[in-house]
Amino acid sequence: MTESPRREAQKDTSQLRQKEMLAEHFGRLARAEETGEKSAYTFVPGNLTELIRSFDLLPVLPEINALQSGMRGKSREYIAVAERLGHSEDVCTYVKSDIGMMKSGNVGPTGERLPSPSVLLLSYTGCFTFLKWFELLKEEYHCPIVMLHVPYQGDGKVTESMRTYVVDQLRRKVIPVLEEVSGRAYDEDRLKEALSLSAKAEDDLVWVLESAKNRPSPIDAYFGGVYYIGPMFSAFRGTEAAVEYYQSLRSEVEQRIAEGRGPLTPDGELENERYRVVVEGPPNWTSFREFWKMFADEGAVVVASTYTKVGGVYDTGFRHDPRHPLETLADYCMGCYTNLSLPQRVAMLARYVTDYRADGFLINSVKSCNSFSAGQLHILREVENRVGRPGGFIESDLVDPRYFSASNIKNRLESYFQMIEQKRSAGVGA
Amino acid sequence: MSWELFRGASELAARAEEIYRDYRLTAVREWKKTSSGPAIGYMPIYVPRELLHAQGALSVGILGGGDDLEIIRGDAFYQSYICHIPRSTIELGLNGSLDCLDGMLFPAICDVIRNLSGIWRMQFPDKLVRYLDVPQNFDRDLGGAFYRRELEELSRELVEHRGKPYGENALRRSIATFNENRGVVRDLYALRRKEPWKVPTSELYCALRASLVVPVEESTPMLRRYLHLAEGASDRSPMDQARVVFTGSFCEQPPLGLIKSLERAGCYIVEDDFLQIHRFLRHDVSLEGDPLDNLVNAFLEDAIASPTRYIDRDEKGRDLLERVKTSGAEGVLFGAPSFCDPALLDQPMVVKALEREGVPWTAFKYSENGGQFQVIREQAGTFADSIKLWSES
Repeated sequence: MTESPRREAQKDTSQLRQKEMLAEHFGRLARAEETGEKSAYTFVPGNLTELIRSFDLLPVLPEINALQSGMRGKSREYIAVAERLGHSEDVCTYVKSDIGMMKSGNVGPTGERLPSPSVLLLSYTGCFTFLKWFELLKEEYHCPIVMLHVPYQGDGKVTESMRTYVVDQLRRKVIPVLEEVSGRAYDEDRLKEALSLSAKAEDDLVWVLESAKNRPSPIDAYFGGVYYIGPMFSAFRGTEAAVEYYQSLRSEVEQRIAEGRGPLTPDGELENERYRVVVEGPPNWTSFREFWKMFADEGAVVVASTYTKVGGVYDTGFRHDPRHPLETLADYCMGCYTNLSLPQRVAMLARYVTDYRADGFLINSVKSCNSFSAGQLHILREVENRVGRPGGFIESDLVDPRYFSASNIKNRLESYFQMIEQKRSAGVGA
Repeated sequence: MSWELFRGASELAARAEEIYRDYRLTAVREWKKTSSGPAIGYMPIYVPRELLHAQGALSVGILGGGDDLEIIRGDAFYQSYICHIPRSTIELGLNGSLDCLDGMLFPAICDVIRNLSGIWRMQFPDKLVRYLDVPQNFDRDLGGAFYRRELEELSRELVEHRGKPYGENALRRSIATFNENRGVVRDLYALRRKEPWKVPTSELYCALRASLVVPVEESTPMLRRYLHLAEGASDRSPMDQARVVFTGSFCEQPPLGLIKSLERAGCYIVEDDFLQIHRFLRHDVSLEGDPLDNLVNAFLEDAIASPTRYIDRDEKGRDLLERVKTSGAEGVLFGAPSFCDPALLDQPMVVKALEREGVPWTAFKYSENGGQFQVIREQAGTFADSIKLWSES
């Protein structure tokens, strides 16, 4: 692999296409005040994109803006703005980055100003902080707010009671507010059409993610994976554009498999797959490329990750089902990764290590996110016990650069990969 | 225990402190010798104790390990940036202190407690472990209907763990029992508001905390006796202290030493968030009609504005301002556990409300096992002094 961290990152065709899709979306948002288009601020896990779009509302996702601020090197100053306003250093840096961005003019990832929300749609899935986040935004924006409370899978399953609760809220709370804000009546046929498109794109996404079962893996399912989930987890699920994107991504990956090629990293193609690992937890965004390079330099490929399930778990068979539009949205919301119980998360990780023939698994524990992080040390031991392959633990943060210690993480990763080598010598591994 | 034998409020509070600091839960073990029902632990902030009581269960408040529990294994479960209560609770579970419990309830407080429920389920597979998913939608036919089904499920699980079958009359009687208990707590808070020198918070805290590990039939006479002794404590005279609300401490509890330090620093705590389960419901729960519906409706419509509850209709901080007014407080101490998301994310919004009304405030963080209070004591002392200076001007 060529060592030139400062050169322009290499990108797949699909990545370039995604960039265009995002630019177009943010362009529409930037022009929203003049065109009269309305927007709904909402969250990634449990997003109701098909429903939102069926009312011709444009989704805006504050976590995506925060992570983009991290990648663009803006989050440090945004967090500082929020902390000066009294936000604690202890709490989620996505929230603080978003508040700081808003207080600094609400300029989005493409450098254009985001519109104020026409509605705050709080779908409270798998993360308590979301609830407080929108209480904070409500103080800033004088617009309607509607909440969808999504019950947690504490018992490791979705019950009929939980489904009824979510569907009833959608029908009697969320939809009436969206009707009022948009001035459009609920159009179930339109929603069903979008859900059909979602299912098609979801098929291809799952195919792409599962392509990592090949040796060598044609994709990196964590660092590359965050690009692959982009359209699905953000504003495009349920659109023709997303279907086309995932078809084209699938073709691209098929081609890589046919040619026996490894994944493309920002610094070139990974030619020698030495380690296959599963990763739990979100990535660090402020040093994303440097973080990825630490893996790539060691010949480590992430073959499966839980973060790519945070906006929906599709690889266990769930697809949006247009025959039952509200029920399927409910099931989707309740099935997102951080809404799963700890035993379910342990089972998923153990399955990934086995199914993807990984050498081991790594946990990137981020300070900001208790939903992910609380319990990860227990997960580490449980998964190790079940699969008999080594687990590693590193710590960073989502978008606060103060918590990314490159040398520390690199040391830990190197030690971890050495441990895998030792296990291999001892005859343990995939 | 006959609480009538106690002749002084301090003496009773000292015994209460012994009870709550007894992490082996002797009081619970004693109860089990004469009862066939299960003992069910619960984490802060609120669980429907009435339902457990009605089905023959003893509800036991588990509020972490405080400042005198050595953490040996608990730290191996949590990173440094996670609050302290889950690690001390795990420690108590693993060191056998909680063996007498037949189950644990984890109410929906935050993601840390939520995930702790999963760890508990894996660590103690034979016990009743339930994440109590309370609704964030407060409409009777939406959140209420869901919450009722949650309680019905809990009721069924209790039966599977040696609880009695659900009965309406039994629940009605239990509601009445806890109404009585809540009534005494309200009286104690009223006395403290009126004559805070007679009810030092460090004493009240011990009595209320011990109440969470003894049967309600013992708790009510204990609290009543403490109330009687405090009311008659003529040797306690008013001092030149600032009246403050202590807020933010609804889950992980501050060390008792911290509460004492604040009092010594010149603060009368006249309103607080400690041990919120005692006051989570503002009024008596109705005894008319379907008792389970009454419990549900009380949760939906009569609960305090906890940071763990979603607020969209009301203005953030209005409840705290009301408490400041009702208690005659002159300032607010924000004391939140380190890394407590609900408290710390709430704080900027609530501060804004206080500042709009010109209510002085100061903030600090603590950990349940903290032992050094000098800095906080100086901060609180300066705050109290400044309040007194302002009120004189």
